[in-house]
Amino acid sequence: MAYNKTILCIVACSIFFLCSTYTFSQEPETIPPSNVTVVDTPNDDGSSITVTWDAAPEDSGIVGYQIFRNTDGGEFEEVGGQLDANETKYKDTEITKGKEHAYIVRALTETEVSVDSLQTGAVKASGQWFHTGKIQLFIAMIIFCGAILGSIYLSRNNQEVFVRRIPGLEAVDEAIGRATEMGRSILYVLGLGGVSGPATIASMTILGQVARRTADYETPLRVPCNDPIVLNVVREMVKASYLDEGRPDAYSEEDIFFLTDSQFAYAAGVDGMMLREKPAAIFLQGTFYAESLILAETGNSIGAIQIAGTDSEHQLPFLITACDYTLIGEELYAASAYLSKEPMQLGSLRGQDWGKVLIFLTIVFGVFLELIGVNWITTFLQRVG
Amino acid sequence: MKRQIPLILCFLFGVIMLLTQFSPHSLSQGVYEEVLNWARIITPFALVFSTITLLQTHITRIRRQTEHWQYSFLVFAGIAIMVVVGIPFGPQNPVFEWLFNNVQLPMDATMFSLLAFFIASAAYRAFRARNTEASLLLITAVIVMLGNVPVGDLIWNKLISLTPWADALADGSSGAKQWILDNPNLSARRGIILGVSLGVISQSIRIILGIERSYLGGGD
Repeated sequence: MAYNKTILCIVACSIFFLCSTYTFSQEPETIPPSNVTVVDTPNDDGSSITVTWDAAPEDSGIVGYQIFRNTDGGEFEEVGGQLDANETKYKDTEITKGKEHAYIVRALTETEVSVDSLQTGAVKASGQWFHTGKIQLFIAMIIFCGAILGSIYLSRNNQEVFVRRIPGLEAVDEAIGRATEMGRSILYVLGLGGVSGPATIASMTILGQVARRTADYETPLRVPCNDPIVLNVVREMVKASYLDEGRPDAYSEEDIFFLTDSQFAYAAGVDGMMLREKPAAIFLQGTFYAESLILAETGNSIGAIQIAGTDSEHQLPFLITACDYTLIGEELYAASAYLSKEPMQLGSLRGQDWGKVLIFLTIVFGVFLELIGVNWITTFLQRVG
Repeated sequence: MKRQIPLILCFLFGVIMLLTQFSPHSLSQGVYEEVLNWARIITPFALVFSTITLLQTHITRIRRQTEHWQYSFLVFAGIAIMVVVGIPFGPQNPVFEWLFNNVQLPMDATMFSLLAFFIASAAYRAFRARNTEASLLLITAVIVMLGNVPVGDLIWNKLISLTPWADALADGSSGAKQWILDNPNLSARRGIILGVSLGVISQSIRIILGIERSYLGGGD
């Protein structure tokens, strides 16, 4: 009896052990990628389709994914190679424009077993005319442009526009007068910017005004250029300024010349001119990089009156230190309006100020809202960025 | 008419290029790329013209025998050597590369290294404590300089331990430097950048609308 019980016990244990072993050694069932969606990628030129799927559970044994695409109902072909297991998105940029594409996402496991998702619906990619992600930027641009255009329109009706005194621009006449009295030349340096740079355009505008005065006073004006296109534009501008002042005979084309397009060779060339010719006035207006202090300190060493202006905020401390007057950032862009005194140009300065008021109010309001725990302004501005 | 056509073109291209920034459509981006290509095409022609003006300048110097006119021959020699070596054999040939690496680069580096001495002389003038603002600048500069050198924290901690604010300033000179850069410095820079951005918008509108037309030659 005891023998039978022992046998029965051994058999029961064996069955239990076998069942347990089977249960534990059984591989987890691989789940196919779920919730696979396919959309025409938003805010692009119609050259891509985005496939997304839900992340697989950590214990699913999935080691990667493969994407298969068909075109207009044809054969499926693999695209994009193997993706990592943590990927949940694939942007297919190799589609055929104007054709419909359907996708299958295949999950790959360690045991080389793979399971496919259901085939998605077919999608045709098309380009968007408006980038919805830039809507905030567009609104901001409309507001600022509106403020400036409104101010320009109002100034047409001869509304008087007050412009604060800008010492750097007030000193332009002083610098030209000094050079004239000393019988020396004026050196105008436009920096390293190209003709499409806003600072270079602003600098050329100031140069036009300076050239009018040098035409009147018959003071030599020397302009070494770093950019070939800038050279041609500057020659035309200065020539026109001399013509406008009725002094075409005083214009010397040789004084506006190309030096080099290499940064430090340009600095060396301009420094050499400063030391040889000892100009009485030096204008450093435009875009500058590391050469700004080399130029400004050399100008300082020869005792020239120096008027600088740049929008490169990293170079401003150098120019402020070494020059007599410096136009800081926006003052460079206000120079044209300030010197010409044209009502419409002055009106645009008022528009700029309205823009600044708007930014200031937004900052104050945003800080207040943050303090009370509301952060939609911060979120909005981050999206603009 | 000579003035009107450029103004119309400027208005049209200004508005079109502005709109392309908000439109990802292939047509819009194609127009954007095409206009940029046109701009790139102009550059080589302008470069040839500029080289001619450079040669003319130095020919005039030699002809008039102005001061140091002999150096103008070096300009011709430099241009001639680089053209003779560069154009037939391309910029990858060993002679061209040797000239670039052993002549141009060291000369550029020499000019750049002058900056260190100019910074010293400019800093000496700027940091003379003649008034309240200059004194503040001097103190700030000393803190930033201390924060930039390894021994700075050691000096800072010794000095601060003598003051009642030792606990409040325990982060060392590197901490103080970072605070200065992240707060007053960054605030001022952002203020300048905002002003510059509005200035650029304003100037662009003036140019697109033809209010500012001095770039065409003359102010009217």
